[in-house]
Amino acid sequence: MENHSTATVRQPLILGNKTYHQISEDIARPIEGKASKLFKVVFVISVLLALWGVGCFAYTIGTGIGVWGNNKSVGWAWDITNFVWWVGIGHAGTLISAVLLLFRQRWRMSINRSAEAMTIFAVICAALFPVMHMGRVWVAYWVFPLPNQFGSLWVNFNSPLLWDVFAISTYFTVSLVFWYTGLIPDFATIRDRQMKPRMQRIYNILSFGWSGSAKQWSRFEEVSLVLAGLSTPLVLSVHTIVSMDFATSVIPGWHTTIFPPYFVAGAIFSGFAMVLTLLIIMRKVLNLEDYITIQHIELMNKIIIVTGSIVGVAYLTELFTSWYSGVEYEQYAFLNRATGPYWWSNWSMMTCNVITPQLFWFKKIRTSLVATFIISIFVNIGMWFERFVIIVTSLHRDYLPSSWTMFHPTFVDVGIFIGTIGIFFTCFLIFSRTFPVIALSELKTILKTTSENPKQPHH
Amino acid sequence: MNYTFSSKTRNICFILMAIGLVSIVGAFIADSHRAWPSLLLNSFFFMAIALGSLFFIAIQYAAEAGWSAVVKRPMEAIASYLPYGAVFLGIVVTLSALHFNHIYHWADPEILHPTLENGQPNPHFDKIIAGKSGFLNPVFYIIRTVVYLLGWVLFLRAFMKRSEIEAKGLDVTNWKRSQSLAAWFLVFFAVTSSTSAWDWIMSIDTHWFSTLFGWYTFAGFFVSALTMITLVVLYLKGQGLLPEVTDNHIHDLGKFMFAFSIFWTYLWTSQFMLIWYSNIPEEVTYYMDRFANYKFLFLLNLFLNFFFPFLVLMKRGSKRNYNLLFFVGIVILFGHWSDNFVMIMPGTMKEHWHMGWVEIGTMLGFLGLFGYVVLSKLASRPVSNPTHVFYQESVHHHI
Repeated sequence: MENHSTATVRQPLILGNKTYHQISEDIARPIEGKASKLFKVVFVISVLLALWGVGCFAYTIGTGIGVWGNNKSVGWAWDITNFVWWVGIGHAGTLISAVLLLFRQRWRMSINRSAEAMTIFAVICAALFPVMHMGRVWVAYWVFPLPNQFGSLWVNFNSPLLWDVFAISTYFTVSLVFWYTGLIPDFATIRDRQMKPRMQRIYNILSFGWSGSAKQWSRFEEVSLVLAGLSTPLVLSVHTIVSMDFATSVIPGWHTTIFPPYFVAGAIFSGFAMVLTLLIIMRKVLNLEDYITIQHIELMNKIIIVTGSIVGVAYLTELFTSWYSGVEYEQYAFLNRATGPYWWSNWSMMTCNVITPQLFWFKKIRTSLVATFIISIFVNIGMWFERFVIIVTSLHRDYLPSSWTMFHPTFVDVGIFIGTIGIFFTCFLIFSRTFPVIALSELKTILKTTSENPKQPHH
Repeated sequence: MNYTFSSKTRNICFILMAIGLVSIVGAFIADSHRAWPSLLLNSFFFMAIALGSLFFIAIQYAAEAGWSAVVKRPMEAIASYLPYGAVFLGIVVTLSALHFNHIYHWADPEILHPTLENGQPNPHFDKIIAGKSGFLNPVFYIIRTVVYLLGWVLFLRAFMKRSEIEAKGLDVTNWKRSQSLAAWFLVFFAVTSSTSAWDWIMSIDTHWFSTLFGWYTFAGFFVSALTMITLVVLYLKGQGLLPEVTDNHIHDLGKFMFAFSIFWTYLWTSQFMLIWYSNIPEEVTYYMDRFANYKFLFLLNLFLNFFFPFLVLMKRGSKRNYNLLFFVGIVILFGHWSDNFVMIMPGTMKEHWHMGWVEIGTMLGFLGLFGYVVLSKLASRPVSNPTHVFYQESVHHHI
């Protein structure tokens, strides 16, 4: 993987004349040090939000999903919007860890760990929504193809919803294994630095007793490559199948062939926005500016431009084709998106997803932390609206005008959504204080070729 | 080191071109209805390979890719066919839009008006096509075609100009300018690659529509371009040139062929599966026609373009085996030619299609021209570009 003659035009990926020891120091510091007051405040807020969400969950389970704003016409609303939004966010982690690994992008090493963590937490938040929507969550295991003796009925293999079960559970498992495999040597480093025997024991168990022998390293590299190869089709498959929840139907606005690749691009787009939102704060709070540099931010912003533009081209393609098709229902669906009662959600989506990322064409903006942070929030919002537009505006006007209606979210809808945000941040905050947030052993492999030091002689 | 375009190779190109010329002229004498779609197929197929190669060059700059610097000249040589392809394709589609033939149903002026001049209802009136005439009309269509082709050719010229400056010596400013050129090209390409596919190919089946069609077409010609790049590099290696290109570079090219064969299949499946599953009459006719009259080719394409490269190129060793990779490359190229065949013929030839001397002969003719242009370009300057910013990185590329 190493390139022994890095071109002079390449910027260093690690700033500030680091040594191997300093990298360990810098990355272990948040784990070994005490939590700051700010951290505690943010953590308590996150936990409170999560608890509110849990309360709303409990209320939903106790009373039934009638407490949501869903109705006969709009049978899917915030629940599925949130589900798709969270799953999409997860995609950036896998893209960074797997696809960028296959493309040998060395800058991924500073961000892959936290992005993968984000993936896992996001998928957990996502999975809550379809489970809740089942109503009787205590029989949630019926989604698996179990023999009828379990009380379940044999599942419908023709349904994309079932494919979702397989796709997301596989994706979650592989992402977790991939993430954990990368963590093993880093946990060992933390273990070796620990003074307290109890902590040492915990990190030893977490690192599976890693000894760092040549054989272990060789296996480690092999398994990383295999997992990257497996994750790449998986990350595509997940949002492809999510898109098929809609596209296999005959609903105007849902049935369109561009959905699979366009959903994948949108997912990566939203995921990178969330990575930026998190990392811009994390690099500051944990003093990781030398590892997550402005160059990293800029490169991620370039991915945002590319994926945002792909999404933009897809919007316009859909819009054009709805006219071109000559199908009255298709034409109406898109006219209704732009001018119907939900026009504001459509234009929020267009503004946030198509226009704001184009600002990154200016180097000043894509290298500015403040601008990037603001735009990343815009993208997060825009991608939520995208799913809302697709789901609610397509359903609220169905073929029968007497069924036309509106969707109004209840406090439970809002509470559950906010709750998942709380769960997500609680998990991420715990992660940031107990796990090495940068893949330090991987990062050390590129120190010689990409640090700020005047080029050292190579072996 | 320069490539020598030997008189023997040159003669092969000429013979192929002669075969093509005879086939095209013969086809027009024998059955012009069959000659036109074959011309469209072949002029598009080879133009698109050159375009795909230009796209790949742009990607190298935009992504700051280092490994590929040593194979940039072959990519440029392939892209340099673009103006020739553009002229042929431009002529074919312009004449088709002007209704010199029956490729485009929408080009027929008789179907657009609900009533005849004498006030009687027009028996040939087609409401759906009439609804599309704001977009599918000869004037707008020809303007669009000129914009696409001229735009791409101008971008190619700009890239070539940068390449000439690049050859003079290590020049970081020039590299940065190439980068922004690449960004502009990618923006232009992002829109035109889709819209051109709608115009030239999707509008053959005028009633039918699919939002994915543009990207599907792109995936097909991009993997063809990647394969063509690999074949040209392997050919040059066979001539004893490009010593700095090692197994590692070939391996990476092989990976691209493998990966984008899967990508093509992904889009193929997305389009086919969603249309098949939903079974909406307006859409499903496209595949009904293909399955009724082109079943063998339709299924063969899936084998040639997916199962075969997927299974053979999966192994590390096969991406480093030059002979095997060359063979797989030929199969992929034929597979995508055949895929284009199944995209173009059902709407033009219906069930009366042939894959005979007309289609194969025309293909050989274009291949001869393509080979002649590409190899002449290669012979015109050194095949290495040691002053590229990433040349050293590329030479030391090791995986």
